[in-house]
Amino acid sequence: MTTVGILALQGDFDRHERALARLELASRQVRYPDELDGLSALIIPGGESTTISKQLNRSGLRSEIVAFARQRPVMGTCAGLILMARESGDPQVEPLGLLDLEISRNGWGRQVHSFRTTLTADIAGDRAELPAIFIRAPRIVATGPEVEVLAELDGAPVLVRQGHHLAMSFHPELTPDARIHGLFMAALAA
Amino acid sequence: MTTDTGSSEVKIGLAEMLKGGVIMDVTTADQAKLAQDAGAVAVMALERIPADIRADGGVARMSNPAMVQSIQEQVSIPVMAKCRIGHFVEAQILEALEVDFIDESEVLTPADDANHIYKHDFKVPFVCGCRDLGEALRRIGEGAAMIRTKGEAGSGNIVEAVRHLRTVMSQIRRLTVLDTDQLMSESKNLGAPFALVEQVARIGKLPVPNFSAGGIATPADAALMMQLGAEAVFVGSGIFKSEDPASRAEAMVAATTYYNDADKLAQISAGLKGAMAGLEMSAIPPAERLQERGW
Repeated sequence: MTTVGILALQGDFDRHERALARLELASRQVRYPDELDGLSALIIPGGESTTISKQLNRSGLRSEIVAFARQRPVMGTCAGLILMARESGDPQVEPLGLLDLEISRNGWGRQVHSFRTTLTADIAGDRAELPAIFIRAPRIVATGPEVEVLAELDGAPVLVRQGHHLAMSFHPELTPDARIHGLFMAALAA
Repeated sequence: MTTDTGSSEVKIGLAEMLKGGVIMDVTTADQAKLAQDAGAVAVMALERIPADIRADGGVARMSNPAMVQSIQEQVSIPVMAKCRIGHFVEAQILEALEVDFIDESEVLTPADDANHIYKHDFKVPFVCGCRDLGEALRRIGEGAAMIRTKGEAGSGNIVEAVRHLRTVMSQIRRLTVLDTDQLMSESKNLGAPFALVEQVARIGKLPVPNFSAGGIATPADAALMMQLGAEAVFVGSGIFKSEDPASRAEAMVAATTYYNDADKLAQISAGLKGAMAGLEMSAIPPAERLQERGW
């Protein structure tokens, strides 16, 4: 039985639940370290990255997630991307260092500059058009050699993969398109 | 490449990101720093917190732009600010400052006693208060991207917040069991746009996130509103009118995450000093109740 955990310290975790439900996958909200037990994968949702970062420390989840990520795939959207990076670009956010990335928080601007666009992404060997919503979005400013860039916008990577982990600047959970969640789930089968 | 800014989905998207969090009222850059350190998802920049507006009287207006900017410079979390009901020029100024959310708020003195702002005209999202489903859907019809059910701001008394959230939730539940034949009549009773009434009947929730605000003074209050169905909470006077703002702010954040865990709530609440004193509703004459503002 495949159960996907969704970090539920704060943010739009319920939207990821709905996205997984559309793929007929079971999910579980994670607020305590023991709730990671038995999960096949973990999603770090959109939300306020400073808030989630502080609560990772207070909950004891930080080291547990780092250990979990050595064995299992993790996906991060927006705040989740910042938290998965090596360098967050903001002393208020202590990242988990799961991906060799440097981030500029809100690098795509404040809320009045938030936008929707269509990306061209590499999904399972195909070039696919993908709707993407960017909300006060983080910009990836540097990527390490092991990072595979699956989509770019204005010359900046916006969808990346490293090993079995996947992360992006935008919010696939806010659109009905389930292909990103499907791509992440493909890492489980691999 | 084409990009589309200021659409409803982008505005509602930010509201989605704030769910499960605490938005804190702050009046100085130092308070904003404290709120961010505690784990607030956003701060509301205003010159006086509601308890002081209530005590001082006079006309309450949008904050000075310099004050809002000093807070934007201090923190990296979203910064919200309030404009008066119907005062679309205050809203234009706040949009020019690039605040992340505008609260068209009854806590300030209304500028228009018949109309709210037409919020679809703005790229910045708005939050508005409501006491019932009709008021919520009128605000959403005008373009609000987030609703906060009103308590009585600055009272430290949770009773009004509970009344209004219970009202909204039961009106939503009622819509889901009505025949479609009955929805037009219910739309008329609620004073709400028919298309939104139909939508709520179909999805069983508001089409935008619904937060709770007004009178939240303790971690237990925050958890109560979350258990009743709020998706996040605003805390105004409750933090900086208490005896221990830093530890109380952190406790509010924890209580909003662990709102269903009584053991954890007991642990969170145990170390705190005194909450704000608060007011009995009978001590606030009806004409002075901020919640009555909004049409």
